[in-house]
Formats: sequence, C-alpha cells, structure tokens
Amino acid sequence: MPEINREDVAHLARLAHIDMSTEELDRMAGELAVIVDSIKTVSEAAGDDVPATSHPIPLSNVYREDVVGETLTNEEALSGAPDNADGRFKVPAILDGE
Amino acid sequence: MAELIRLSAAVLAEKLAAGEVSAVEATQAHLDRIEEVDGAINAFLHVNTAEALLVAADVDKTRSTGDALHPLAGVPIAVKDLIVTKGQPTTAGSKILEGWHSPYDATVVSRLRAAKMPILGKTNLDEFAMGSSTEHSAYGPTRNPWDLDRVPGGSGGGSAAAVAAFEAPLALGTDTGGSIRQPGAVTGTVGVKPTYGGVSRYGAIAMASSLDQIGPVSRTVLDAALLHEIIGGHDPHDSTSLTDPVGALVEAARNGDVEGMKIGIIKELHGEGYQAGVEHRFNEALDLLRTAGAEIVEVSCPNFKYALGAYYLIMPSEASSNLAKYDGVRFGLRVVPDGAPTIERVMGATRAAGFGDEVKRRIILGTYALSAGYYDAYYGSAQKVRTLIQRDFDAAFGQADVLISPTTPTTAFKLGEKLDDPLAMYLNDVATIPANMAGIPGISIPGGLADGLPVGIQFLAPARQDARLYRAGAALESLLEGQWGGPLLAQAPEIVGVK
Repeated sequence: MPEINREDVAHLARLAHIDMSTEELDRMAGELAVIVDSIKTVSEAAGDDVPATSHPIPLSNVYREDVVGETLTNEEALSGAPDNADGRFKVPAILDGE
Repeated sequence: MAELIRLSAAVLAEKLAAGEVSAVEATQAHLDRIEEVDGAINAFLHVNTAEALLVAADVDKTRSTGDALHPLAGVPIAVKDLIVTKGQPTTAGSKILEGWHSPYDATVVSRLRAAKMPILGKTNLDEFAMGSSTEHSAYGPTRNPWDLDRVPGGSGGGSAAAVAAFEAPLALGTDTGGSIRQPGAVTGTVGVKPTYGGVSRYGAIAMASSLDQIGPVSRTVLDAALLHEIIGGHDPHDSTSLTDPVGALVEAARNGDVEGMKIGIIKELHGEGYQAGVEHRFNEALDLLRTAGAEIVEVSCPNFKYALGAYYLIMPSEASSNLAKYDGVRFGLRVVPDGAPTIERVMGATRAAGFGDEVKRRIILGTYALSAGYYDAYYGSAQKVRTLIQRDFDAAFGQADVLISPTTPTTAFKLGEKLDDPLAMYLNDVATIPANMAGIPGISIPGGLADGLPVGIQFLAPARQDARLYRAGAALESLLEGQWGGPLLAQAPEIVGVK
C-alpha cells in the first residue's frame, strides 16, 4: 500500500471540496498515514472466492405504487437554503468571469 | 417531584394511566431537572419546553375525557440531534447545520408524536455521529454523570448522559459502529441497536447508510422494549426497512429467562486488551447466567480481527458520499470568500468552515478509499470482510442462541485523553462494530462497576431475533439488580459543579 503524503491529501481535499491550509494538510497526512497503515491487513483478509457484501440484509425490488404521495411544498423545500430566488435555490456563478 | 424523574418509563406510564400523576407534572419535573443539572452535563443542544408542555397538557386533557391513549402517552423522551424534527433545530452536532430547521419529521419522531410522548429536546453528539466520546461536537463536550471529567461515550453521549442523569426516562440514539451501546455501557444505561432495517432510518441524517440504525436508550431493559415497539416496524419511506412485524419485545422483556438458553462467549471479544475490572464484571455475569440455568459455550469468530479495519474503510467511504450534500446550496451554512467567487470556491470555503477535524479526516479517508486505483484494494476488500464476518456469526449462532461480550474494552476515558489519537478512540468500538457489519441486533446493559465506573455487558442475536436480546437482557438485569439491591444508577454520585 502506498504512503499518504501532503500532495495526496491536497488532491483528496480538492476532490472533496474542502479548503485546507498547508498546516492542516501536513497534520492530516500524518494522521491518515497511521490510520491507513492500521487497516492495510483488510486487503489481505479475503481471497478472490469471497463475494462482497454491500448490504447486511439484502432486499430487492423495493418499489412503491406510482402515485403522488406526501411531498414538500416549494416553500418548505427552500426553507433551509442560504439563498433563493423565484422559487429556486440561488447559487453563485458556476464558471469564472461570468 | 424529585421522585418522578427516577421512575422508569414503565412505572411512570402506569402512574399516568392511574391518574396518580399528570403528564404536565412529569414533563415539568424533567424540564426542571434539565435546568438544574444540564449546565454541568451538556446533554441537550436544544430544550423544547413549550411544545413538550403542550403535548403533555393535551395528554392530560384526553385522559380526563376518558379517550383512549397509547400506554406511553405523556412519558417524555429526548431525541439525538441527528434525527430531524419539525419545529426544533437539527444540527447533527455540526456548525454546518447551525440554525437549520427540517421541513419534515423523521418517521421515528412521527411515531413518538402519534403516541403523544412529549419531546424534551435534542441531545448532543459527536459531529455527524463521528466519534466515540461526544468531544467532537461543535457545541462542546457532554460530560459523564458518573464523573464529570470523563466522556459519556459517543457518538450518542448526549442521549445516554441525559438518561443516566435523570433528565429523561427515555431517548433515541443512532448506532453505526456502537454509538448507542458504547455510551450505554460507560454511563450505566441500557442501549439497543435493532436489526438493520428493523427501525426506519427515514429522517436520520445519514453517516454510513449500510451501517446506521436508530434504536432505544433507557435505564431498564423493559423500557427499551416499550420504546422499540413504538419506533419499530415497516416504513415505506425507507427502502431498507424490513416488512417483518416488530415482534413481541415487551413480552420478552417482561419474561426474562435464560433457563436452557445457549449463550456463546466470543473468544475474540474479551481477554487481552480488555481492562481487568471489565473482565472481572464480565466473568461475574457469566457465573450468574450459569447459576440461572444458561449453558455457556465458547465460540470463535476468527475474522473479527479484520472488523475494525474494514469498518474504517466502509464507514468513511459511505460518509464521504453522504456528506457531499453539505455544499452551501440547499441547507445550512454558506461561506462566501472575498472577490467574486465561483460556486466551487464557495463550497470549499463552506465545508472548510463548517466541518470539524474528525469529519474532515473521515471524508478525506473515504475519498481516498473510493478513489481510482484504490477502490478494489480498500472498499472492495472491506466488503469481502463483511461477508467473512457474517459467516463467523452464522457459525457462532449455529452453536448458541445469543452471544455475549463486554460492550467496551474499558470504562469511560477522560475528556481530552484520546483527542489527539484517533486510532485509540476507534479501538473503543472493537466489540460493537461486528454487529453493524453483519446487520444483527445488540443490547448493552449495566454490568456493575470497575473502579467506580460503569461496565457494559453486550448480548448479540441473529438478525430479526431482537426478542432474544430482551429475554436474555432482562434476565441478567434482574440477577444483577438482585445482587446490588437495586438499579446500578442508584449508586451514581450526585451531580455537582455547574461548569
């Protein structure tokens, strides 16, 4: 298993959309290295013949009737948003310079 | 009034039904207790005084007209602040949701309302339920009523401490890797993690969806069963909800009996790494169970040694995905950096300011485990370990009706002791995690004291056999209380020193 360094954490933080200071990146890299080291035995535990379990008690084909049930009103759905306009969530610019 | 708060939910319900006490009196007594001790404990993030008293008054009015009421109507309850409630804030212990109000109720909350149980307020937790000490709350730690310098466990430390400190007779918790049972163990209270899907997760803010489960927190096994029957059962709003009936849990709790029951000691979940005092109480419990007619056998679950590692891959992976929704758009905090920032920069700044260290750690770890090139080695391998753990349990339940272990390796640790050592904190959940990995139910009940601090005894049962936990748990509770001459919490010190 590879080491985790500051550049790795910086990349992961970008993927996860969390700004981190250099100091935070260094600290997190150290902590994650210890955690990852402690869990590396997991990859050696099971052979290829063991199937994966994604869900402890699998259910299949869970459907409901295709009828309109209880729904939130537009006002309720927007009630916790930091900003809204014209019945929609309002966000800052998606692209730079627009 | 001071006596009212010490009653079990079952006894309080009887007194309410008999008209010996009113729901308003019972609710007010608990609100007074919160006022008196919560400055020291910090179990509550929000106290719901006005609404709780309104519900209580409604119960009293209904009772006076002779109309039918649910048996627990008027019995107050606290709700972990990971579970959404209309009309009260829900923070998940995070700054990112500070001041947010849910526009809907969780299914379990709707069921409490239908039973007319006054909701006293929302209890403290590790941020997004990530932690084993409640120190990772953005709103300050909760303290253990047995020793204010110690943690009440976590993530549901607020619910357990509220019940242990007689601020509420009942509470709701959530258990992803032990967050109901471990706080129960270290505060001398009862905590149950139901079979996965046995209680609806609709409205429980998701951490790791394949592991999360809502369950009861109480002071007695019977009280947990009473609450479990209210919140359990199928819910069409949760596609993982089981369609099985909830089962005769109260009846099992009223008929605690281990005569002829085969109880399996899990070889891997005691001994080395477990505090001597914990091991001592565990052995005492085994002796009592033997005397009461149980057959104690030893079972081995060799793959449990991989459980903690696999858990710390699956849980952060699912959490990193679940927490992507906190992006400063639909709810909660939005931090706008200087200049004319794009949505991407707003997200980065919002999540940096809104999440605490432990949450960031787990999001980064999960992002790592799910990233290209590592997925098979990490997440894929962890899912295979889940299969191995299920097979271990299947084999063990071939030899025993229920399994038993200490709930935690140690008693409550000191505040700050494990704050800079996440691995040491994670180890506290080594005995509770396997049940979540396999989806099976578990209960922790008080097992006595070690150096003056509570020890928990855990029973585990096969999936959908939650009733066995109540039968075995009630039997052991009764045997132990016979020895102590009353409940363990009667030995807890008075709460002093408002901080």
